[in-house]
Amino acid sequence: MQVDLRTVSIKPLRQTFDHVAKEIGGDKPASRYQEGTIRLQAEGNFHYRPLWDPDHEIFDPTRTQLKMKNWYAFKDPRQFYYGTYTIARARMQETAEADFDFVEQRGLVDTYPTDVRKLALELLLPLRHVAWGSNMNNSSICAYGYGTAITQPCLYHAMDQLGIAQYLTRVGLMFADADALESAKEAWLKSPTWQPLRHYVEDTLVLSDWFEQYLAQNLCLDGLLYPLVYGRVDRLLTEKAGPTVSMLLRFPTEWYAESSKWVDASVKVATSESPHNQQVTSGWAKSWGERAIKAVEPLAQSVFGAGAAKVMAELIEQYNTRASKLGLVK
Amino acid sequence: MSNVFIAFQRNEETRGIVDAILADNPGAVVTEQPAMIKIDVANRMTIKRSTIEEKMGRSFDLQEMQIHLITLSGHLDETDEEFNLGWKQ
Repeated sequence: MQVDLRTVSIKPLRQTFDHVAKEIGGDKPASRYQEGTIRLQAEGNFHYRPLWDPDHEIFDPTRTQLKMKNWYAFKDPRQFYYGTYTIARARMQETAEADFDFVEQRGLVDTYPTDVRKLALELLLPLRHVAWGSNMNNSSICAYGYGTAITQPCLYHAMDQLGIAQYLTRVGLMFADADALESAKEAWLKSPTWQPLRHYVEDTLVLSDWFEQYLAQNLCLDGLLYPLVYGRVDRLLTEKAGPTVSMLLRFPTEWYAESSKWVDASVKVATSESPHNQQVTSGWAKSWGERAIKAVEPLAQSVFGAGAAKVMAELIEQYNTRASKLGLVK
Repeated sequence: MSNVFIAFQRNEETRGIVDAILADNPGAVVTEQPAMIKIDVANRMTIKRSTIEEKMGRSFDLQEMQIHLITLSGHLDETDEEFNLGWKQ
């Protein structure tokens, strides 16, 4: 008997779901990111309006002043859905763990100069409360926002910030003990250096317009705080005492570079949609940007002293260039 | 002159690579087969790292392409940034 092998090409009846095809312009093979994002937002057949907010449906696009024809225009350039997100973060975490192990095994903490250690801990530890604030804010955006394309990455962003808070805590426990966390909390609550920033964070926690919250947290505050702490201060610590702390801060540093691409893409989509949007977002970015500068300034002051003005001027210039590239007008 | 071509396994990763090739090479012809995707271009094909990164949304090393590569034809000129197929005169 003879058996002939041949390849049979089976043409699928359709390449993807209809609602995805409609969004990507025809029946083409869709990526998992597209299938796991597009039109997942519940849009209709809601039951009662929530008692705590009878002016809106439970999922309602009018919870922000921002107006979009298509809420799925907010695409994540990193194409994160649950699978790719967890894989990407697992990789980063593996590296970070290896860094912590390295520092521990070589005893790099014991030889770290005391004065630089004090400087690093005083700046880094209260920042875990800031990261927690961002976790709350991004969770809130995810809860009240509209359209999976923007709410999904916000939840990832929230989890990342929780991770950053945990890494900062671990740095604290490595270089000191639990008392250091207590005194950092005291500083966060009482020290004049931290009060403008705490005021900022607490004010953003109660914002009711979720896109305003998005700009205030992810663009205005993080856009100044991260380049200061994980750029300038990190470099200063390395100059003074070698790259030990820099290694331990690898996660937030790499994370900021990566997540900024997403923040930039989202803001650009929002501002380019309509003159109305551009005006609203620019207004928010202006007022929160000015406040963020004031909130971050005392930190620069505490680390750089007389050189703080120059550092801040450079950071502000960087930030302004970024904002104008994103279509935010002064 | 004749065509150059490159063929990849069909999977989630190569989707971005194929999209990038189509974007950078006008006139590219795609043949989708079961489990394989082949792209023909007249004379010369350029695969750019930057375009792949943009389509995939992550950083990409051109050598990662080898994992999915089935076959190709043409003289190869490869740098960190570009992967060029063509026919030397």
